[in-house]
Amino acid sequence: MAGGPAAGGGASSSTFAGIRHWLLLPSWLVIGFFLLLPVLLMLVYSFLTKDFRGGVIWEFSLAAYDQFIFDRGLFGDEPPTIEWIYIQIFWRSIWQALLATILCLVIGFPTAYFIATRPQNTRMLWLFLITVPYWVNLLIRTVSMKFLIRDNGPLNEWFLAAGLLDSPIRMINTDFAVQLGLFYSYLPFMVLPIYASVERYNFALSEAAADLYADRWTALRLVVIPAVSPGIIAGCILVFVPSLGAFLAPDLLGGAKNFMIGSLIEEQFKGNAGNWPFGAAASMILLTMVLIVLMIYARQQARGEREGR
Amino acid sequence: MPETDVNVSAARSDSPDAAPQSRAAVAIKAVRKVFGLPPAQVTALSSVSFDIADNEFFTLLGPSGCGKTTLLRLIAGFEQPTDGEILLFGEHLEGLPPNKRPVNTVFQQYALFPHMSIRDNIGFGLKMLGVDKSEIAQRTKRMLELIQMESFGDRRPSQLSGGQQQRVALARALAPSPKVLLLDEPLSALDLKLRQAMRVELKQLQQETGITFVFVTHDQEEALTMSDRIAVMSAGELQQVGSAKDIYEAPRNRFVADFIGETNFLDVTVEEVSGSQALCRFGPARLTCSTAGPTTAGSAGHVSIRPERLSLTRPSNDDDLVGTLERLIYLGTDTQHLVRLDDGTEITVRAQNAHDSSLDIAVGEKAALKIDTGAARLLVD
Ligand SMILES: Nc1ncnc2c1ncn2[C@@H]1O[C@H](COP(=O)(O)OP(=O)(O)OP(=O)(O)O)[C@@H](O)[C@H]1O
Ligand SMILES: [Mg+2]
Repeated sequence: MAGGPAAGGGASSSTFAGIRHWLLLPSWLVIGFFLLLPVLLMLVYSFLTKDFRGGVIWEFSLAAYDQFIFDRGLFGDEPPTIEWIYIQIFWRSIWQALLATILCLVIGFPTAYFIATRPQNTRMLWLFLITVPYWVNLLIRTVSMKFLIRDNGPLNEWFLAAGLLDSPIRMINTDFAVQLGLFYSYLPFMVLPIYASVERYNFALSEAAADLYADRWTALRLVVIPAVSPGIIAGCILVFVPSLGAFLAPDLLGGAKNFMIGSLIEEQFKGNAGNWPFGAAASMILLTMVLIVLMIYARQQARGEREGR
Repeated sequence: MPETDVNVSAARSDSPDAAPQSRAAVAIKAVRKVFGLPPAQVTALSSVSFDIADNEFFTLLGPSGCGKTTLLRLIAGFEQPTDGEILLFGEHLEGLPPNKRPVNTVFQQYALFPHMSIRDNIGFGLKMLGVDKSEIAQRTKRMLELIQMESFGDRRPSQLSGGQQQRVALARALAPSPKVLLLDEPLSALDLKLRQAMRVELKQLQQETGITFVFVTHDQEEALTMSDRIAVMSAGELQQVGSAKDIYEAPRNRFVADFIGETNFLDVTVEEVSGSQALCRFGPARLTCSTAGPTTAGSAGHVSIRPERLSLTRPSNDDDLVGTLERLIYLGTDTQHLVRLDDGTEITVRAQNAHDSSLDIAVGEKAALKIDTGAARLLVD
């Protein structure tokens, strides 16, 4: 009798634990099916042999990774030398993604700060204006961007009409065009998290800094930016990661010579000319890099929490 | 702007104190502050003027929303006056941004920098003034000692209790040795015990450092116990400026008399005025009052009498102030007597419970009110 309630409590809490597992099952199924399974599939494919008609032959091989790193000549019988092409493509992609992230940050931070400091009732309008283009498909947006900046497109015509240019400048198929495309594609991913941070920021801290003789820039650098840094970091990751794997902007705006990882991978799965294991291997390498970035971020976040931010 | 540099350097303690003592530390001249645009305007301050002397512990006292914080923010430079001007040691502050004013603020909600250690928080002002590192370290250490938190230097604000954060906010504002320290209800978030301890500490600190304190509170006890002088405010207007004693014993108007402590009001008619004295009539009774301002014979007015300046006797004369004793409330050290006058006015009389005092008037009996000399005050309105 005395042990009854306690035993009952124990039983019911374990029942709840059981129910909780069942309730979480749909989420686990979705994550497993749509997230882990495809990645696992990629991992497996990257270790298979390529079929010349596209697809794979179920035979274990390290050829895809080997091809990524080494050059063994046309028939694969020469002594291996380092293959620079793919490393260069990766390097260029990282560089472009970094540049796009910086561009988004430089434009996105003031924008987010501006919106967050508007009166409550106009903020939603500004956010709406920022996000409105994103209701249109990315492909369509990128194509219209291509239309805008082509040699005899509206942008060049305006510049010519305004007398700013003597002859059209070449924008399409340049790094500039890729940057523009990436910037346009991912700006809201920078603005929204920073906006959320700045909105929660206690502006009394800025007043305290000014009260303690800090000028505006110093206050921004020493007080505002550290306080909203979680939003800045989140924004940078949200722009950097998809920029790294982007293929629409590089393909449509950058042309062939601005080959980036995304395009490289996409090529491998297109038609019969592709190489599935190689595409899968490149994807795995990309994924590994992204995971490293995220892990560094998680580390930093954990340290920040320990320090009581 | 050369004078701005002078102002900033004046905030350092190593510069000689050049301000003549005769000049007011802060002079508020006809300052008005209106928020918002015409259809929805709020007048937070309507033409306020007063001076705060150097080395003074000056308190702004008033109910919530009366404009105390607004006044502090105007002095600190976070807001600009709509009209009027503010002078700091004789210098005009107009157009000078907060970071160029040699005043520091202890904010109502502390506003400590969350990502900095306590040490960096306290050293922030000195760092901004360009003081060199070793001196910052030394001054910060001294500040930590002052607030008795030597071992907390490496912590973050979120790892401190409310009271500790309050001390750090104080130390941070004091570290650059400002000429004027503005404190916005710094004790309001503390529990009673800590608040009482901090009152003593703050007052002591002010006396030791000689810094002019402008202290905002809506707690009258806090104001009375700490201040050299108090400015009582209500609805954006200054009601009275004076020492605690002045304000308590010689209130200027109904608001001040009512807001500070307890009091009784009588609606009287002025019969005779001579100098700062007036003879007033209340029914058949006559009272001699000190006047708070100009008045004329025949006008109506209000008289304030503190409960502890009244006593009860048996009625003997016709012109006594007479009422019925309705209730006794025992309060430990005191007993409160509630007396209903013949015209319905309720009067509170407070008597100390000394062992030899025994009132022989029972509840329900008639009693006469005896007023201490100088205790009746004829108010301005
Ligand atoms: N930025 C502002 N915009 C509009 N009205 C304001 C603003 N700041 C203050 N007010 C108004 O001015 C009046 C005075 O406000 P203030 O903050 O100075 O009061 P307070 O005396 O400090 O009150 P409390 O004791 O509650 O802190 C209030 O009516 C307030 O609503
Ligand atoms: Mg206030």
